[in-house]
Amino acid sequence: MSSLADKYLRGHKMPHIWCPGCGNGIITHAVLRAIDQLQWERDDIVIVSGIGCSSRAPGYLDFNTLHTTHGRALAFATGVKHGNPRLKVIVLTGDGDCAAIGGNHLIHACRRNIDITAIVYNNSIYGMTSGQFSPLTPTGSLATTAPYGNIDRAFDLCDLATAAGASFVARSTTYHANHLRDMIVHGLQNEGFSLIEAMTHCPTYFGRRNRIGGPVEMLKMQQEQAIPVQRAASMTQEQLEGKYLIGELHNQQMPEFCALYEQVIQKAGGGNQR
Amino acid sequence: MAEKRLMQGNEACVAGALAAGMDFFAGYPITPSTEIAELAAEYLPQRGGRFIQMEDEIASMGAVIGASLTGRKAMTATSGPGFSLKQENIGYAAITEVPCVIVNVQRAGPSTGIPTAPAQGDVMQARWGTHGDHPSITLSPSSVEETFGLTLRAFNLAEKYRTPVILLLDEIVGHMREAVILPAEGTVEVIDRVKPVCSPAEYRPYDAAMGETAPMPDFGSGYPYHVTGLTHDREGFTTSKPAEVDFIIRRLHSKIEMHLADILQWEEIATEDADILLVAYGATARSAKAALKMARKQGVKVGLFRPLTIWPFPEAALTQVAKGKQVIVPEMNLGQIALEVERIIKAEVSGVNQVDGEPLNPAKILQAIMVGSEVSR
Amino acid sequence: MDNNPPLKRVIVREQWCKACGICIAFCPRQALSADTSGKPTWNTDVCVRCGLCEQRCPDFAIYLEEVNALG
Repeated sequence: MSSLADKYLRGHKMPHIWCPGCGNGIITHAVLRAIDQLQWERDDIVIVSGIGCSSRAPGYLDFNTLHTTHGRALAFATGVKHGNPRLKVIVLTGDGDCAAIGGNHLIHACRRNIDITAIVYNNSIYGMTSGQFSPLTPTGSLATTAPYGNIDRAFDLCDLATAAGASFVARSTTYHANHLRDMIVHGLQNEGFSLIEAMTHCPTYFGRRNRIGGPVEMLKMQQEQAIPVQRAASMTQEQLEGKYLIGELHNQQMPEFCALYEQVIQKAGGGNQR
Repeated sequence: MAEKRLMQGNEACVAGALAAGMDFFAGYPITPSTEIAELAAEYLPQRGGRFIQMEDEIASMGAVIGASLTGRKAMTATSGPGFSLKQENIGYAAITEVPCVIVNVQRAGPSTGIPTAPAQGDVMQARWGTHGDHPSITLSPSSVEETFGLTLRAFNLAEKYRTPVILLLDEIVGHMREAVILPAEGTVEVIDRVKPVCSPAEYRPYDAAMGETAPMPDFGSGYPYHVTGLTHDREGFTTSKPAEVDFIIRRLHSKIEMHLADILQWEEIATEDADILLVAYGATARSAKAALKMARKQGVKVGLFRPLTIWPFPEAALTQVAKGKQVIVPEMNLGQIALEVERIIKAEVSGVNQVDGEPLNPAKILQAIMVGSEVSR
Repeated sequence: MDNNPPLKRVIVREQWCKACGICIAFCPRQALSADTSGKPTWNTDVCVRCGLCEQRCPDFAIYLEEVNALG
């Protein structure tokens, strides 16, 4: 008994349903390593997800787990956190789940700065339904619903979360698995809404259709495209073309929703009740 | 001490919820239900409870379910357009067996309709609004005082049977002011969900026999478990094995159907000697009662069957009462419950229908009664 | 130099491994090679026990285990 899998996975549910080389397992592993590093009590943790490949993760994780409806993970998670602020609430969501159908819930969770850590598994595609473009699919990419190339522009999810009021925003990749773990640790420690965009790869529906190759090639692409935010400071716009930043992108302490609501209870005179 | 007060229906709804132990409310503003959210925002923190105004109706329903999973008694309130949006997560609460109360103060539809006008057009949506085979408990009060009682009851049924319960008001009952007698605090029956007593290792979240409901722990109380809207086995994990799927879907229905004596409520007025039977619910039942009195004064023997539990419908009671009687169903829709009544009594019924945004006038019902009494003569 | 580094060995869970090749491709010492099914076999002599294979494994199928000195 030495691996994190033995400690935190529902072993009888393994192996998982994800395709060979899928990055979802790498991110999920990083989440477990972050939790383990913080030595949080298992039963204090509630892991919430929506619908999609990545949202299947909670089923394998031996915590209080809540696999909700498509896009709604943050709404349910808000109820869990507000219902019992003592609980540590983690949301695992995908690019379609979070940025398309769940986009409204995302911006409002950011705005409230409620103490939830959302980890977005961004594989640039709807994997569960076999390869349609999402709001985070790069322009020009091929998808089953963009057979002539995607004409939509992609969100910068981290910019969006920052603008909407999240207090901690970071990005990492499955290639940078240790860095990803560190970003998640910081997010979990932040008292407020944290968003960590985990750039990952879908070899089955994105890599193959866009002729990038398999999981190894896709990880190498992350290695090339991801620029640590400190290094980017000394790079030109030209040099940053086709790249994205990784690291801590925004960190600004602001009042947290449940803490503010405690003040409401005090003001209303309900402080001595449950 | 019981207390007599002048109250609005929506206010009585909040009072009933608080009497039941409501300590969480998530909502979104919508006419004619908004007073419920406003009063919840005011009263809940006074008792240490929690209110949140969510970004939309879908989110409100999600937050209510999330809070209930932490052990809160949670409610949301809406009207037609919002009720449509909540359907997705009402289905989630049904399959995951999460207790919660959804109030729908009905207004004229479809779509945005007439926000301030009464209707009863959501009766079938309360039964079949969310997709898939699922049971429904839906209660419909006719007065302000009954709104207090049925909101309390909605919570009790939700907790007891681990299910979403829908409280179907209409704009008339929701906005009407009446004198109500509120029972003294602590004198009403309050039911709380059963929690597991076994060891966490032995706990299986959906392990219950037909007709039964499994104990439900709060998140964070030492029983970590998995909740999913995917069809699940007794452990709570996704399954597509036909025998397991069949069992869970049938058990979902059986836990309601095998307890009808506890769940069904209805009122019978002057039915014993009646030749004509009115079947009416919600605000329309008030008009029906008035029409009944007018008809009786004119010597026409009219009775009233008034379901308080609309879903499941009190089928056996209606069948018994309706025997040999001519049945008239007045509704503020084009005949939603009328069809159900026809199905139950296996005979044609006549409807009195109003869809112009105005309340159903007793005179209109009386007219139908008189036409019916001519026919039966 | 630590003269007594903790002893670790690489374990592969055959049943969970989906043979994606990530651990093999990114091992900095080429201490892993593919068997006939594409799953990794471990060369203990060149391995520096860095743990990168474990961190990037999508399947929780490869990990370092501390070896009990007595066992």
